[in-house]
Amino acid sequence: MLEPFFVRALVASLGLAAVAAPLGCFVVWQRMAYFGETVAQAGLIGVALGLALQMDVTWGVLIVALAVAGLLLWFGRQKLVPLDSILGLLHHAALAAGVIATSMIKGAPVDLTGFLFGDVFAVTGTDVAIILIGGAGVLAVVAWLWQPLLRLAVHEELAAAEGVDRETVRTVFIVLLAVAIAVAMKIVGILLVMAFLVVPAVAARPLAGTPERMVALTALIAAASVVAGLWLSATVDSPGGPSIVIVMSILAGISVSWAAFGRPGVRPR
Amino acid sequence: MAPSDRVAPTAPEPCGHHPDHACAHRHGTTGATLQVDPTALISARGLCISRHGRELLMDVDIDIREREILTLIGLNGAGKTTLVRVLLGLEKPDRGTVYRRKDLRIGYVPQRFDSDAAIPMTVERFLMLGSSVSADSIGEALAHVDARSVRNQQLGELSGGELQRVLLARALLRRPNLLVLDEPVQGVDYTGEADLYNLIARLRDEAGFGVLLVSHDLHIVMARSDRVICLNRHVCCSGVPETVAQHPAYGRLFGAEAARAFAVYRHHHDHSHDLAGMPQPAPGEAVADPARGEK
Repeated sequence: MLEPFFVRALVASLGLAAVAAPLGCFVVWQRMAYFGETVAQAGLIGVALGLALQMDVTWGVLIVALAVAGLLLWFGRQKLVPLDSILGLLHHAALAAGVIATSMIKGAPVDLTGFLFGDVFAVTGTDVAIILIGGAGVLAVVAWLWQPLLRLAVHEELAAAEGVDRETVRTVFIVLLAVAIAVAMKIVGILLVMAFLVVPAVAARPLAGTPERMVALTALIAAASVVAGLWLSATVDSPGGPSIVIVMSILAGISVSWAAFGRPGVRPR
Repeated sequence: MAPSDRVAPTAPEPCGHHPDHACAHRHGTTGATLQVDPTALISARGLCISRHGRELLMDVDIDIREREILTLIGLNGAGKTTLVRVLLGLEKPDRGTVYRRKDLRIGYVPQRFDSDAAIPMTVERFLMLGSSVSADSIGEALAHVDARSVRNQQLGELSGGELQRVLLARALLRRPNLLVLDEPVQGVDYTGEADLYNLIARLRDEAGFGVLLVSHDLHIVMARSDRVICLNRHVCCSGVPETVAQHPAYGRLFGAEAARAFAVYRHHHDHSHDLAGMPQPAPGEAVADPARGEK
């Protein structure tokens, strides 16, 4: 079972789990799941861009993710159409545009499934290095901006009135999110990236009484899901990324059910 | 504004405000050149802001001085919250300038605090967030606002009144020299309301900060304020509570309730407001604004 490709998959996924934990928590706290989903699905356009320009698709995904995130923030300035409606429209449009764009790439037909759902067992040593180095960078920035990020998540206007530079902090967060999406794309694919971020955080929420504990629990749940998911994948020969996401989802389902039925109104700390 | 200043009465002011509506206030849209009190905590000159073709603030001047309780009153939609947001730097005015004293330190109690439970956060952790305060001072601040019992509760579990007091405790912990409270009595019952204003006045006496209070509540607020500004998109009138209570614009805005709040009540028009709230010239004489006397 511990073939080199399996070890690479395990290390890459665990690294991603650690990076995704704080970002996923902020996505849940700030109700940005759908925002992230739209940015992630636009990643397929980035894949086409990367293939067309013959560079690593990670860069293509990163560029398009940043562009789409900027576009969404700009759309959010108007108040006539709710942002969730715009996102509902755009994430389909982005996916459709991505499929068309990848189909028009010359040369060998593009393996769409690999990009949509990821291919965790195909990660190379370079990919692992990118995930670990990039992930450490993302975590360092999150740790540095932890207080302002948290204050904005609790109450944006209060934080801004108290002197937090909300434009800068929010922009940095969105850049981090785009980086995480681009890096995670190879492992879980653009359709499951946000699940990797959001689902463990959802599972952790009913069990946590402070933001820091929620992040720690999120990382633990994600790591456990990675190990169990890859074991499942190796045992029954199911695809790696989706297997991890399924384990996460089962844990989240149990946790939310427990919150809904088991201890109504009581949150342990 | 002297009549001789009205060079072109048909041309609207740059802020869209017609110059000839005989409002008692001045039309200095080049606000930056007006005198600003350097000792004031926050000053603003010539603030104009419009959204979607609707004017929310028209040429508003305001000064908040040390140790004074300045209350902003006005009906719903009068632009009170917009003015506070501009002063706090949360919104940019289309025109006009906000001057903040260098050592300004704001404690802010927002009007709405939707503490849904998405983020797990105890009261204690919330009070520590973003500043280095000791456990002792947290207990002290919670005791000040009579909310010691909620220290270990989750924010999402608090009632409206408890949340309001926790927010006030947080503002106090920042050791502000200006406390800004936007409609602080929402979600607080009537006796709680009087208590809250008394508490704010007492804390001001102890800690010596200035207070900017937003309210559409009249009785208690007026009694506790050093100065009142009556806002209806523009500054209708301002001054010590007695002056404002006697001002015709105040009486017209608040009607019988205002008359009950203050026994002294005279009524004469210097301008009126149409149904959209826009100031209109009143028939007959223009009366000097009492507020101008104090500037």
